[in-house]
Amino acid sequence: MHKYQCIVCGFIYDEAVGMPEEGIVAGTRWEDIPADWSCPDCGVAKADFDMLQIA
Amino acid sequence: MSDVLILGSGLAGYTVAREFRKLAPDASLTLLSADSAAFYSKPMLSNGLAANKTAESLAMKSAEQMATELKAAVRPGSRVEQIDPVRKVVKTASGEYPYGKLVLALGADPFTPPMQGDAVTEVLTVNDLSDYGRFRAALLGKRSVILLGGGLIGCEFANDLVTAGFEVTVIDPMQWPLSRLLPQAAGEFMMRQLETAGITLRLGEQAAAVNRTAVGYQVTLAGGDVLEADLVLSAIGLRPRIALAAAAGIKTARGIVVDRHLQTSDPAIFALGDCAEVEGLVLPFVLPIMNAARALAPTLAGTPTPVRYPAMPVVVKTPACPTVVSPPAIGSAGEWRIEPEDGGIAASFMSEDGALLGFALLGTATARKQALTGALPPVLA
Ligand SMILES: Cc1cc2nc3c(=O)[nH]c(=O)nc-3n(C[C@H](O)[C@H](O)[C@H](O)COP(=O)(O)OP(=O)(O)OC[C@H]3O[C@@H](n4cnc5c(N)ncnc54)[C@H](O)[C@@H]3O)c2cc1C
Repeated sequence: MHKYQCIVCGFIYDEAVGMPEEGIVAGTRWEDIPADWSCPDCGVAKADFDMLQIA
Repeated sequence: MSDVLILGSGLAGYTVAREFRKLAPDASLTLLSADSAAFYSKPMLSNGLAANKTAESLAMKSAEQMATELKAAVRPGSRVEQIDPVRKVVKTASGEYPYGKLVLALGADPFTPPMQGDAVTEVLTVNDLSDYGRFRAALLGKRSVILLGGGLIGCEFANDLVTAGFEVTVIDPMQWPLSRLLPQAAGEFMMRQLETAGITLRLGEQAAAVNRTAVGYQVTLAGGDVLEADLVLSAIGLRPRIALAAAAGIKTARGIVVDRHLQTSDPAIFALGDCAEVEGLVLPFVLPIMNAARALAPTLAGTPTPVRYPAMPVVVKTPACPTVVSPPAIGSAGEWRIEPEDGGIAASFMSEDGALLGFALLGTATARKQALTGALPPVLA
């Protein structure tokens, strides 16, 4: 399981936790998140920016 | 000569460069930046303290990494002093750079309110990575901070500072925080949450003077009260950097004036980001920049593409009071409908015929963000 950080706003996506409130269950891998997903904090699209693998 | 020359390597300059490179693999591309040209997350400047981020750890890419990634020449420390739109060159202290198309992504300058006193020039502002480094250094060994301005960025800094263990007092002339974005009931909810988190708010007050004391600073309010703190930080507002464009005869108003194609009054010169005024709108936030960069890149690559702005809610990074706002367009007719709930408040700005034009969601009501965003009209259709 990895964590990824939005380079625009610093939001962290943790694969182990997922985002249950957005329907992304715990354990969902970054590659399996739909391309039209956007950062819940700054709204930047998945396809638009790199997520930094921080752990 | 560069086919495309970009002034500025912030989010606007970097993103348009990256999008352009995808479309034009062989075009020559140069970025000039007055600063170190390191790419960093500017929004994290106002929540980096509690997360213990240093200026170094906020820098995500160096100028060299950016140059390799973009296959571009990236020139840090290259402040442009003049644009010559007739010869199509820009001038820096170290020489001239000719361009085919020029992109202004110059950002905005923070301003401090007019005040009296012997310490006005020591009031800190944090608008870029080197400011943040100075701010971190100035905080070492200090306990208390006075913040001038209770808007979005001021409240974020206040929340970050209080979480990091500082005593924080916010001074704002309006009656509630985020007064430009929140109706009164929502602003009062936020005020209570910030106070519960330990932040002192001096609302309806204005700083008249800042003076040095033996140990720190004192701020004299227009009403006469005197407050003391170790440091004074200002987060009053930003002004688009328009001087360079104005001196070159390019049309400016609040920002550098551009049309839907992000084109200035000079057809070879474009602008986006915090320095730009797009169809009368100055929107100094991340999402307008991403949308503008996505439109400008194909335009620069030869396919003129107008910018469209969907509804673009802004998340306010105040963990003491989670907040998301999407203010109605300036001058919209309608009124706020307030729905308090347990642990939150939802405010919807409704037109006379019942359409949702804007919202402010606080606390538990932030859960409605996605549903309400879908119902909002686009900012620029
Ligand atoms: C503390 C803070 C928190 C924020 N939080 C959020 C948030 O949570 N969500 C959100 O949506 N927005 C947020 N914003 C706004 C967002 O960060 C900005 O809109 C965005 O980063 C601006 O990018 P820019 O590229 O237009 O400007 P900048 O990043 O300021 O870049 C300007 C560039 O121009 C260069 N430059 C300037 N003058 C010259 C010159 N004469 N010659 C050469 N180069 C020059 C500079 O060196 C720099 O590289 C925040 C802003 C601040 C200050």
